[in-house]
Parts: sequence; structure tokens; C-alpha cells
Amino acid sequence: MIKQLVTILALCLLLGTGTAQAGVTLESFKFNTEAEEQHFKDLIEELRCLVCQNQSLADSDAELAHDLRAEVYGMIQEGNTDAEIVEFLVARYGDFVLYNPPIKPSTYLLWFGPFVLLAIAALLLLRSIRRQQKTASNEISTEERARLDALLGDTTSSKGKDQ
Amino acid sequence: MTRYLRYLVPLAIFFILVAFLYRGLSLDPKRVPSPLVGKPMPEFSLPRLKDPAATLSDSDLKGKVSVLNIWATWCVSCRAEHEVLLQLANTGSVDIYGLNYKDERTKAQQWLQQLGDPYVANAFDADGRTGIDWGVYGAPETFIMDKQGMIRHKHIGPLTVDALNSTILPLIAELQATP
Repeated sequence: MIKQLVTILALCLLLGTGTAQAGVTLESFKFNTEAEEQHFKDLIEELRCLVCQNQSLADSDAELAHDLRAEVYGMIQEGNTDAEIVEFLVARYGDFVLYNPPIKPSTYLLWFGPFVLLAIAALLLLRSIRRQQKTASNEISTEERARLDALLGDTTSSKGKDQ
Repeated sequence: MTRYLRYLVPLAIFFILVAFLYRGLSLDPKRVPSPLVGKPMPEFSLPRLKDPAATLSDSDLKGKVSVLNIWATWCVSCRAEHEVLLQLANTGSVDIYGLNYKDERTKAQQWLQQLGDPYVANAFDADGRTGIDWGVYGAPETFIMDKQGMIRHKHIGPLTVDALNSTILPLIAELQATP
């Protein structure tokens, strides 16, 4: 039973990666060097396709992704820098095309929110640890000790009486 | 007080989460706000759909309130929208221009013959290059420009009678009134 499940899971994983790889349908762009090709691939990997929003320009088979890949390729061939290409796309489609959003006032919450939450959680944790240590290390005073002894003594004596 | 706090804080966090999730229900991730709104319209110069020898350019749209509608015959919701475009054209309140996006010329011409032509003129964008300049990512899309050629509004998806009455017609009237 378990063996079967594992086989099915393994199959699913294999199929999953299979389709993901099949999704990459790069047009036959010509590059002079391998580094240039890698540069192009890295760049389109960082850009989001607006049609299939969970895919990058590299992964998407949408018509627009084809066009934008050609556009990016053309701009690289013309000697544009990455910053210029990104700026070109952001001017037309907005920050949405970037998988790596820029740090600016409207994204402060996005970038720093998790750290603020982490700091708050750390503070709360520290406070609760401190409080616990305080109660744990509380030594009882001599008066309390005497009272405790008296109480314990009482129970033993009362128990003795009952017997 | 602190005893209640231990119950109130998670409850408050829960309600904040609910508020965010509830807001999310009515947001459409397909509607990505255009950075072009508030900017001058992109320059373009393309052959016209009906007369390839003539050109249509951004300067044709300037000096008056104008609407640019991006459409194609392969776009299913463009057909649904067409009726609304005809209705807008019939009001006579604004000149509607079309950007025929990545389409076939004969098919597009047939479409206008069969369904009616709400456009003053159409630009024929065969390779979609002008579409990219306008930040088009799915037809239909509709832009409204003021008299200075500034983009004032972008409607993503098919125009509806509702959108026409609630936003588009009031905006056009407002833009027409300002010099």
C-alpha cells in the first residue's frame, strides 16, 4: 500500500518536473557567446509575464511573452544595459513585471514588514522568558519557610492523628 | 486586564486577517494598474486598417478628448464589448479610435462590416510593437485621453454598460468641459 503511494508520488514529481521543463520554449535566438545567452536567460527569469502571472517571461508560452522575449533580446543586441531594459518594461507595465520589486515607500511594508514582525515576536518572547525566570528564581522568605514547615508538619501530624 | 489581553490579542489578529482576506475576495489579480495613466500617450505611427496607404498617429488623437480601444478578431471578449462601443459611439460624446492588435487585416475589416464600426479610424498593429508601448497585455483594453493627449484612464477587460455609465461617460464629460 505504502509502496504504491510512494511510486505514485514519485511519478507525480517526475511528471511535474517534466511539464515544467516542457514549458520552456525558447525561440531560436542567436547569441555570440554562451555568457551572453546565460545573461539573457537570467534576465527573462527575473521578469514576470503579465498574462500567466505566476510565470516568468522565460517560462511563459503566452503570445505576449514571446513578443517581450524578442523585445528583450533585441535590446540586449543593441547594447542596452539590464537597468535600461528593466526600465523600458516598468515604464509600460509597472513594477508588476519585476519578480524582485524595488525598495521605495510603497514597498517598505513588503520589504521590512517581516523584519518588524520578527522583532516584535523576539521582544514578546524575551519578555515572557524573563517573566518565567523571575518566578522560577523567587526564593521564599524565612517567614514563608516557617509557614510552609508548619503546614507540612500539620498534615503529617493530622495524618498521624487519623490513623 | 492582562488576563483578557491573552484572549483579545489573538482575536484582534484574527479580525485583521479576516479584513484582509475579505478585501482580497473583491480584487482581481488580472487588473494590473497601468503606469501610463497620468502620462502623455506613447508616440506611434501605423498604417490604417481600412486604408493601408494612410497612417494613423498619436497626433491624430491630440487636441480633443479621445478613446483608444485595443481589440482583435481573435479576442472573444472583444465581441462582447463591441455592442457597448457602438453605444458609446452613438452618444457622439467622443471620438473612438481603435488599435487592431496582432490581427489579420481582412478578418478585422469583415468584423467591422458585420458588427458595425464604432471607430473614427483604426491603426493596424500587425506585430504588436505599438501594443507593447501602450502596455497592452490582453485585449480588450481601453484608454481615455484628455485634450492635451494625457492618458487619464485605462479600462482593462471588456467595456460594460455599467462601466460606461459609472466612470467612462462622466470622465469624458468632465474632460470635454475642461479646455
